[in-house]
Amino acid sequence: MVFGALWMIASFLLMGFGVYFIIEEQFNMEPFQVVNQVLIYYMAFDLVFRYFLQKMPVLNIKTLMYLPIKRKTIVNFAIGKTMISFFNVLHAFFFIPFSIVLIMEGFPVLQVMAWNLGIVGWIYCNNFINIFVNNKDVVFFAVIGVIGAMIGLQYFGVFDITQLTYPVFNAFYAIPYLAFVPVFLAVFFYKMAFTFFKNNLYLDSGLSVKHDIAETQDYSWLNRFGSMSTFLKNDIKLLRRNKRSKTTLLISVLFIFYGLLFFTGSVEAYEGPFWRVFAGIFISGGFLFTFGQFVPSWDSAYYPLMMSQNIRYKEYIASKWYLMVIATIVSTIISVFYLYWGWQAYAAVVVGAIYNIGVNSHMVLWGGAYIKTPIDLTTSKKAFGDKQAFNAKTLLLTIPKLVLPMAIYAVGHFTLGEVFGFALVAIAGFTGFLFKNKVFNIIEKVYKSEKYKTLAAYKQNN
Amino acid sequence: MITVSHLSKAYNSSPVLNIENLDIPQGQSFGLVGNNGAGKTTFFSLLLDLIQPTTGFIKSKDIQIDESEDWKPFTSAYIDETFLIGYLTPEEYFYFIGELRGQNKADVDTLLKQFEDFFHGEILNQKKYLRDLSKGNQKKVGIIAALIGNPEVIILDEPFANLDPTTQIRLKQIIKNLASQQGVTVLVSSHDLMHVTEVSERIVVLEKGEVIKDLVTSAATLKELEAHFAGE
Repeated sequence: MVFGALWMIASFLLMGFGVYFIIEEQFNMEPFQVVNQVLIYYMAFDLVFRYFLQKMPVLNIKTLMYLPIKRKTIVNFAIGKTMISFFNVLHAFFFIPFSIVLIMEGFPVLQVMAWNLGIVGWIYCNNFINIFVNNKDVVFFAVIGVIGAMIGLQYFGVFDITQLTYPVFNAFYAIPYLAFVPVFLAVFFYKMAFTFFKNNLYLDSGLSVKHDIAETQDYSWLNRFGSMSTFLKNDIKLLRRNKRSKTTLLISVLFIFYGLLFFTGSVEAYEGPFWRVFAGIFISGGFLFTFGQFVPSWDSAYYPLMMSQNIRYKEYIASKWYLMVIATIVSTIISVFYLYWGWQAYAAVVVGAIYNIGVNSHMVLWGGAYIKTPIDLTTSKKAFGDKQAFNAKTLLLTIPKLVLPMAIYAVGHFTLGEVFGFALVAIAGFTGFLFKNKVFNIIEKVYKSEKYKTLAAYKQNN
Repeated sequence: MITVSHLSKAYNSSPVLNIENLDIPQGQSFGLVGNNGAGKTTFFSLLLDLIQPTTGFIKSKDIQIDESEDWKPFTSAYIDETFLIGYLTPEEYFYFIGELRGQNKADVDTLLKQFEDFFHGEILNQKKYLRDLSKGNQKKVGIIAALIGNPEVIILDEPFANLDPTTQIRLKQIIKNLASQQGVTVLVSSHDLMHVTEVSERIVVLEKGEVIKDLVTSAATLKELEAHFAGE
């Protein structure tokens, strides 16, 4: 958590100070205007990130209800707590340095401050909107859909939403007293949230836990996989029925589009030829990485059960492995649209997939066997950004997963050309595949030797 | 069936369990009582190889538990919610355990049929995941799942807690039948002296990790236990 937060703060600070000069010198555009244009996307993405990551205050309210505290105070406390959340403070690290730069560049102080006020108001509107839409997936996916459509329309030059929204953000600067509009709006939302919570502060209404309507599925068609099917059936249910795993699925879909940054040439730093392979690995391996690195943590909630049953470890591991392989193949098929940017782009995805299946699937499972952070399946709020996702060990493990294939490709690319480079990566992948049983044996040994430690670690949070 | 030799468990050199010798013959229904922190759950966790003994070992059917896994096919347990898979429906959970223990769907269904009145219509076909069931109903599922696959040793930690009175009475009948009619070794721990004296042929009292009483249940046992826990 701390690491991720610090990283975000650092990058926001850097951006805040740097973005003015980057836009001015690299793109020869008017920085303030560009920022105002992009702000609509900034705010939209802010909403999306909040939806995923920001924890809602309702969780701890129950304990307060039995204490002699006025209901009004409880509600104010709960909503107030969201206001000082990291997700609001973070933006200060961008807008304050950016404003300092603006003022140093000769923008009038008062107007810049008014602009800031407008932004703050807008961010708090987001904060309260997130409270309302929390856990309403329909609303959320609608937002995502609209954002996607807008980006698409803009990319193909059909319709540019920023032309519409730019004047709005600019108005906070041009006509300073307009900055009070979003502030008033935020206050209004606060009142709305307040009344909403206050009227629903009962165990059987606002604080009741929604129960999913469960359906028994037997997936008997999977029985053809033999005794491994026991685990495969369970793993599919795990993926489909838990918030955390659904988030993981969504993230892996986003990974498919990660390659756009590379192949459309929109990020300059990524132009070296070996970056193609880097992109290819991520495009095809989104699920492999996000799911695989937490095997066996996915089963942490009931690990004592698994360990006291007569589990055939190999089948247990194989089931997770098959899921990863299937997801990799599906991602590769979906990413066929990369052909639009030339055969090299898609070739990178395909050899990336081969390397993922042959080498990375093993690496990821092997590494996961040492990661002992329990996973809470019922919440999606921790899916990334906390120490479970980012720690020194996982970072270290990315070297063979990412750097090695890039190096292999570079060797081929700079000796006999790109075809040879792709071929080498593919060969590395196929070679890795031969070690499957060997690696499974090693992982099984790790599971056994780490058993007590893992059980103890999982117990901490259960 | 189960032999405990020089078993001890300590965390940071503070002992939590120390049992010199204990033999539990096959088909015995064995009750474990003691206050919080007496070491009941520690003992059961050692029996399931979920924690490592500091010294000594337990053998089940001559298989040393922390060295081989061959005791798993004939042993089953319900300790707490970590033995349930929250995102499954009760049916799916039973079938999953069944598959792990080599029972097909029909076998599991036959078993479940016997416990229809135990479930009291609150478990099967409820369109609910285990995580959404009440504590008592979760416990019912866990206990019955521990009966799947004809285990020879069944370990139940606090099985009576959270159950409603009707279910407690039915559970007592189930446990008694297991030991007397099917020759299953049943190990039960409880805070409820009445329940445990009713279902167990033998009762061991743990205190601060040590066995301080080892009684064959008789008409006088309950009185003796009550005196022990009241007076001291």
